Formats: sequence, structure tokens, C-alpha cells
Amino acid sequence: MGRQQSLSKRRDDRRNCNVQTETRIANGLGWLSIGLGLAEIAAPRTMANLLGLPNGGRTRAVLRLYGMREVAAGVGILTQENPAPWLWSRVGGDVLDLSSLGKAMASDDTERGRVGAAAAAVVGITALDVYCAKRLSVASQENASSGPDTHLDAKHIGSSVIIEKSPEEIYQFWRNFENLPRVSRQIESIHVTGPTTSHWKVRSPLGGAVLEWDADMTEDRPNALISWRSTSSSAPHSGSIRFERATGGRGTKVTAHIDFGDGMLTKVGKLLGKVPREQANVTLHNLKQLLETGEVLHSEASIHPGMHPGVPPEKYQPGSNALSAAVGK
Amino acid sequence: MRANCWIGTHDVRVETVPDPKILNQRDAIVKITSSAICGSDLHLYDGFVPTMESGDILGHEFMGEIVELGRGVQNLKKGDRVVVPFPIACGTCFSCRHELFSVCENSNPNAWMAEKMWGHAPAGIFGYSHLLGGFAGGQAEYARVPFADVGPIKVPENLTDDQVLFLSDIYPTGYMGADMCNIQPGDTIAVWGCGPVGQFAMKSAFLLGAERVIGIDRFPERLRMAREKVGAETINYEETDLLPALKEMTGGRGPDACIDAVGMEAHAPGLLGAYDRAKQALMLETDRPIALREAILACRNGGTVSVIGVYGGFIDKFPAGSLMNRSITIRTGQCHVQKYMKPLLERIQKGEIDPSFVITHHLPLSQTPEGYAMFKEKQDNCIKIVLKPH
Repeated sequence: MGRQQSLSKRRDDRRNCNVQTETRIANGLGWLSIGLGLAEIAAPRTMANLLGLPNGGRTRAVLRLYGMREVAAGVGILTQENPAPWLWSRVGGDVLDLSSLGKAMASDDTERGRVGAAAAAVVGITALDVYCAKRLSVASQENASSGPDTHLDAKHIGSSVIIEKSPEEIYQFWRNFENLPRVSRQIESIHVTGPTTSHWKVRSPLGGAVLEWDADMTEDRPNALISWRSTSSSAPHSGSIRFERATGGRGTKVTAHIDFGDGMLTKVGKLLGKVPREQANVTLHNLKQLLETGEVLHSEASIHPGMHPGVPPEKYQPGSNALSAAVGK
Repeated sequence: MRANCWIGTHDVRVETVPDPKILNQRDAIVKITSSAICGSDLHLYDGFVPTMESGDILGHEFMGEIVELGRGVQNLKKGDRVVVPFPIACGTCFSCRHELFSVCENSNPNAWMAEKMWGHAPAGIFGYSHLLGGFAGGQAEYARVPFADVGPIKVPENLTDDQVLFLSDIYPTGYMGADMCNIQPGDTIAVWGCGPVGQFAMKSAFLLGAERVIGIDRFPERLRMAREKVGAETINYEETDLLPALKEMTGGRGPDACIDAVGMEAHAPGLLGAYDRAKQALMLETDRPIALREAILACRNGGTVSVIGVYGGFIDKFPAGSLMNRSITIRTGQCHVQKYMKPLLERIQKGEIDPSFVITHHLPLSQTPEGYAMFKEKQDNCIKIVLKPH
């Protein structure tokens, strides 16, 4: 199917099943409009006779104008995503037609029988127009809100934080990868080696081993998105960071994804801990503190190798608590 | 310096530990002139709060003199006498701008830990476990105060330490408990717990316009303080059947608002209490919500239950049906102390309240462990202990 599907068929397929009938009627009305309109433009004299109207120059001019209106409405119904407003315009046109026919009834040089019949026909068409317009107005509102579910694949849910700075400021900070050690204690250093390349040294929280790799920036959309991937076979992974307006304009929503692909068991997977999203959370949290308050906040515990804010160094025993061991400090 | 350190359950000791240092630009170092033991410190003492490590310095109610300042602090100078609020707040984040200082987004370096337990992390707190940041506390000679340009408030020389120390925690906490009740003229407010926070909640309820305040406890000295120093009516729940008594006192309707100033270690008489204690021992329930249950059941239809007693984990047998079917509002939170310090200092200066009325004991820092034991067992009519480190 694909491109071979006509525009109108693809559009119609997307509509709610409940309005299949109305949609078909609307399409019919669309074709009717075009047909009628073309007839009024191309053969106004014949049309005037048919309708029982006086065959004067003025009548023909008005018929041509009405014809253009009809064609426009028909084209709108058949081609636009939401035909409802075009159907309503048809209703407007019907009212105009009826008032014109009404005036014609009152004048002397018309064939009242034919005008009457034409008016009856218009009334019938108007009823159809109104019915379709109403039904499709409701359907289009329902469709607007019932798209597919928000689809966040469990593997690919990222970490997200709202920072009350502009996307530009945050992008500028992250774009210079050499800044990143300031927001992540695991990252020992990053050296920019080329316009899109960098060399990373990352410390393991588990044993102090340092892993190194080269990375390439795969995408760089200023103030919107940065993505990169490792080019070293020793540590295959990719990452991205996105900057968007937070809902309500309450700052910038920063979303980070780290993807180890199949490499959860690789050195990098173990290196950055079994839950990369948590590491990303901590990094984003530090980023927020740095940009909003000027510094990453320390506590007495957070700067010590182990969680002992006040214990004299000679009394401290690393891993003396199950929690310390779990955290891997 | 000397500091009171948590060593284990029911074991605190005053040890010699390294002096605090400036770690961030907006820090201040305070030489502590007065400190206190809080009811919530007892939860740490009793081992109910996870993520404590042997050696952690306790204490979150303190005041003193600024002896060192980070480069980023513009509004204070060395020598200033300040009271320090117990939540640490940056002043600029979404929460702080909405005056919700105890849930500051930027002040908990261990946010990831608290998120695991509570969904999102609240602000860091002095001396209250690693879950809340791992900050050293103020039962010590000196303390490092982060975001010193946001928290500490300068206090005038004509007010003594005893009069202003409680601006750090318990007076604003009691006040916020009453504030959350949305007190209307003619209201009756019932307060569970006549400890220091409950005393301030009752006093604040009167200051905010309540017509009747009823204090509930079992210790005679606390009930007496509520009657004599605050002017409340009191019920000893060990001698009187509490819920029927409240009903009779309020014409069957119930108090307009109920304040839970007890929290997770509620004393639990009877079968229900035994049930809660058993579940706690078996780690099937982390908190004992006896006071909270009663507060909900007693509250009038459409009334407010204001919870300022501290809870940490999960509770059982929660009267959700009573809550929902009777349009009860629950309001709760760790006190947003920074929001209340200035207006409450003004009330003290105007003589509307002298918070020192709750103090029953002064101890030197070296006797802090004895103080904890006495405070826990309610010995010697102990209600509030103030510590003097120097």
C-alpha cells in the first residue's frame, strides 16, 4: 500500500470506525459539491433553466460565484484531514442557496414549481450536511486525544530532571565534554581530541580501576540534542542527552539515555554499576545543583570515602556497614 | 572538637572528632552556643531510622556565632548570632520558591537513597541519617551550615538563647501544625502529644484564633504544662476513654481539626498496641500509627487532620474508609522552617510567646548520653533538654 494509497483513503483509515458511514456520506457530498459547482461555473444558463430561475446575466454571474464556492467546499471535504469545518461551510452555502431560492419564489419571472423542487432538494442536502458535520466534528475531537499510548520501552526509559535554566545554557555546559567530571564523580577526565571526538577516563566505584575509551559525537543539534557513542571495542555503549521545554514553561527538561546494547555484561556495564539509569540520575541531579545553585553540594559524608561524617579517621572502618558495601564505597 | 555521636541503638557517646570545614562556597561554620535533643532524635536513638552509621553526629536544633564564612555568603558576617533551621535549603529551586523548604530539590547529596524509599527525595537535614544527606549535626561544639545565606536567621541581643533556640525546629513545627488546620474563629482543636512540639502546636492554635484546645497525653507533668502554661484542656488517655470523651466535649461532632504531634513511636496500650508492636518486631510494619488512627476517627466530618509527628515507612490498619467517607483533609510535612522563622521571631519579640517555657533541663554537652536516656524514659519530669557545648 504505502504511497499507492490515495490521500483520502489513508486519511479515512485513520478515522474512528464509528464514523465510517458518515465519512462515506461526507465524501459523497464532497463529490456532489464539485460536480454541482463545476456545472454552475461551466454551464450557468443550463443550470438556471434547471432550477427554474430567470436566465439573465445577473443570475448567471451569481451562479458562477456559487459554483466556485461549491467546488472549494468539495475539495476541502475530500482532501483535508478534518472535513468537519468544510461540511459546516456547505451548510452555510445551503442557507445562502435557500435564501436565494426563497427570493426567486417571490419574484414573477420564475417557474415556481422548479424553484420549489430545487429548494426541497437543498433542504434535504442541508440535513445531510448538518448531520455529517456534527458527527465528524465530535469524531475529530476524539481522535485528537486518542493517539497511541505513550510508548516508553522499559529498556529505553531515560533519566530526567528539570533545570531552571535555558536550553542554551545547559547545552553549552554539556557540549564541552570536559565539563562532565564536575557532575560525575565516576568520570575522572574527558579530553576533547577533535571536533567530534573525545577520550574518556572513567573510574569504577567498585575497585578503583580506570577504564578508557574513545567516543564519537553522532549527533549535535544545538540546544536540543547531543548523542555520542564509544568507538572502542573495550567499552561499547552509546548515550544521548536531550533538552526540551518543561511542561508549563517551568524550566528545561533534560533527559539522558545510556544504552549498553547487548553489553550489560561488558566491563562498562559492571563499571558504571548494574543500574545505569541510577548513575544517570545522580549525574543529572548534580548538573541541576551546579547550574541552579553554583556548586554541587557536599555533605560531610559525601566527601569521605565511606559514610562517616564525624568519626575520627583512625576509627573509620571501610565497609563496616551493609549499606556501604551495597553502595560499593 | 567534641560531638555527640550515634554509635548504635540506645548508644550515643560524646567523642572527639575532626572540626568541620568549609566545603562549598555558601557554607558558614557556626560556634554552637546552645543545642537541644529533639523527640525525633529518639527515633534515631531507638534504631527506627535506617542508614545510620556508627559515628554520625546527631542534633538538628542549634544556634550560635558565625566564626567562618564561605566566599559566596553576602548577607552574614563573622560574629553574627544566628539560629539555624533544621532543613537545608538552596533558596532558588522550584520547591524553595514555593516556600516548601523541607523538600528543597538541591540539598540532599544522597537523593538517590531517599528516592528508593519515598519516590522522591526531600531536602537534606542536619544530623538525621544518610538518607537525608549525611550531614553532621549540631549536638557539638561547631557545625558546618550549607546555604548559610538562605537558612540562618540573625537574632537580637536582648533575647536569650533559651528564648530563640526553638526557632530552629520545634516552635515552627508546632506552629505549622496549627497553621495547616486552617483554624476558623470558634474552632476546637485537639492535639495528640503534649511534648514540646505539641505544647507549641497548642499555643499556636490559640494564637491563630482557636476557641478551645484539648491536649492529649499520659504523662502528668506534660498535661500540667499544657493546662498551666498554654491554657489548654487536657485528657489523660490512660485514665479516660479518649474517643467518647472527645465526642462528649464537642457535642458529638468532634474537634474541627486534630493535630498528630506524636508520630511513629506512638505509645500503644491494649490489644491494638500489642498488634502494632508485634508487627514492628517482625519488621512487617515500620511505624506505629496509633495516634494517627485516633486523630482521624475523632475528627469531625469535613475536618482536617494535621500530621507533624514524624513517620518514616509504612503503616497498617489505616482508616481509609473513615477518611474518604467523611471528607477529611490530611495535611502534613516536615516543617518549612525558613518560611516561619521571621514571623515567629517577631511574635517572640512582641511578647506573644516565650518559647523557653518548655525547657525543664540544661545539660553540658558531655552529659548528652544521660540526657537521651532521661528524655526517652521521661524521668525527672523531663520535657525538653537544652545542651550547652561550651
